[in-house]
Amino acid sequence: MNALFPALYILAAAGFILAIKWMNSPATARRGVIVGEIGMLLAVVGTLLRFEVVNYEWIVIAFLVGSAIGVPIAYMMPMTAVPQRTAVSHACGALASALIGTAEYYRHTPNGFVMGALVLETLLGFLTCTASLMAFGKLQEILPTRPMTYKGQNIVNLVVFGVAVVLGIALVISPGRTWLFPPFALLSLVFGVLLIVPIGGADMPTVIALLNSYAGLSASAMGFALDNKLLIVAGALDGSSGFILAVIMCRAMNRSFSNVLFGAFGTIQTSAAKTTARPVRSASPEEAAEILDAARTVVIIPGYGMAVAQAQHKLREMHDMLVKRGVDVRFAIHPVAGRMPGHMNVLLAEADIPYDKLVEMDDINPDFPRTDVALIIGANDVVNPAAMNDKTSPIAGMPILKAFEAHTVMVIKRSMSPGFAGIDNELYYMDKTLMLFGDAKSFVGSIVKELNAVGTAAAIAG
Amino acid sequence: MNKYEIAIWVFMLAAFLGFELIRRVSPLLHTPLMSLTNAISAIAVVGAILITGAKDASPLTRTLGFIAVVASTVNVVSGYLITDRMLKMFKKRAPEKH
Repeated sequence: MNALFPALYILAAAGFILAIKWMNSPATARRGVIVGEIGMLLAVVGTLLRFEVVNYEWIVIAFLVGSAIGVPIAYMMPMTAVPQRTAVSHACGALASALIGTAEYYRHTPNGFVMGALVLETLLGFLTCTASLMAFGKLQEILPTRPMTYKGQNIVNLVVFGVAVVLGIALVISPGRTWLFPPFALLSLVFGVLLIVPIGGADMPTVIALLNSYAGLSASAMGFALDNKLLIVAGALDGSSGFILAVIMCRAMNRSFSNVLFGAFGTIQTSAAKTTARPVRSASPEEAAEILDAARTVVIIPGYGMAVAQAQHKLREMHDMLVKRGVDVRFAIHPVAGRMPGHMNVLLAEADIPYDKLVEMDDINPDFPRTDVALIIGANDVVNPAAMNDKTSPIAGMPILKAFEAHTVMVIKRSMSPGFAGIDNELYYMDKTLMLFGDAKSFVGSIVKELNAVGTAAAIAG
Repeated sequence: MNKYEIAIWVFMLAAFLGFELIRRVSPLLHTPLMSLTNAISAIAVVGAILITGAKDASPLTRTLGFIAVVASTVNVVSGYLITDRMLKMFKKRAPEKH
């Protein structure tokens, strides 16, 4: 029997590794989820069977309560709310690991290496918990999504973090001073809040990935504290996953980590943004439909605005109609479009758009000069040529989708107000650009109606 | 080699394995990937069970452990289910409509 438990843990770890490996392609990804679930089941069973575990009632009740909360979240959450759900989930995982660290401390008051791991686990756990809740608040728009800044903000943050770290080190040196623990935990919680206050919506993809990484590292630290290799492995996998995604997001914005965390994007330029009204060309749904109907190649560029307007289903209808007429329609996905990595892909997949139509930035950019129409829906900064041409722009150097190279550019937008970063977009004033003013969902709906009319007219004429 | 040293070796190798595996994941699946790894990090449930079920658990540690089991169960259950729900939507060709 004693040899069985380590075996269950080893199998669980193998399950997690395979789960991530199989995520590399949509064809095997669902198998990955199943093997991940089996891994988790083995881990839980292996733990329940351990001789240290004698009381089951509270554990069973907690499982039931947790499932009663978790199942409805998973099935009722609309796909547009996936970033929020992920943030809540990070908060739950991090809270669990922080509370376990706290309980371990009061139970054993360990010292040396174990205490060091425990302090790290608790610090990361508490700060990730409140930071994720703050991120949730911003994504759900309970809190203002614009970055909130004040003078000396970075100094305040650093002081809070510094004091928390000093208290943590003091606890490692003399774990017996229990009075140090509550202020240490409190400052970790406060730091999590302060960390997210200056973060704006456009930086959420990076921040969510980073929080994912912290939650994993916290679980890994718990593994060191409990001398449990399974926790170390699972935590390290999660930690490296979040870290890589955060790096990819940063690269896609040409910014550094410290710039995302301490830069408070978007506040610098708002005042400098040009306010003079310049003439633009606008078009009606009818004209837009005619242009699309006449095109041979169309590239659609979705952004967060599409998610807000829930326009993805109407967009699918439009896609289907154009495809039926022999138009080549593809979607160009910028890595930071939306509020978390891969956000647009999930929304478009939900609307039944085949995933081989969703093309990454580097693969589609060479095709823009041969594209008849680039249709931009709810995206702004990711197509702003200023990133390439204007070295003083806050988004200078950010890789963009080169929509401006298409023969015709159409932009669905509610008004001429600048995008998240508060930067004016040259693209809107180009001669080949048509502005389609209106709500993304209803505008695409009108285009679909017009296309239908054109189609029936053609059928009658034919 | 003492057990802490072994633990650090395990961490290092797992972290590098993670880097190599995740680099190969297509950006198409970054959202499900994040929700899957998030569910995996709920492995904290192991620690939570050990604390809650321990013979010498005090009311304080049992309460903390109980909350931790609830929180990590929410994390596990919603994480895996929603990952699968998302992946089900990724189809290569649009379904035929008649």
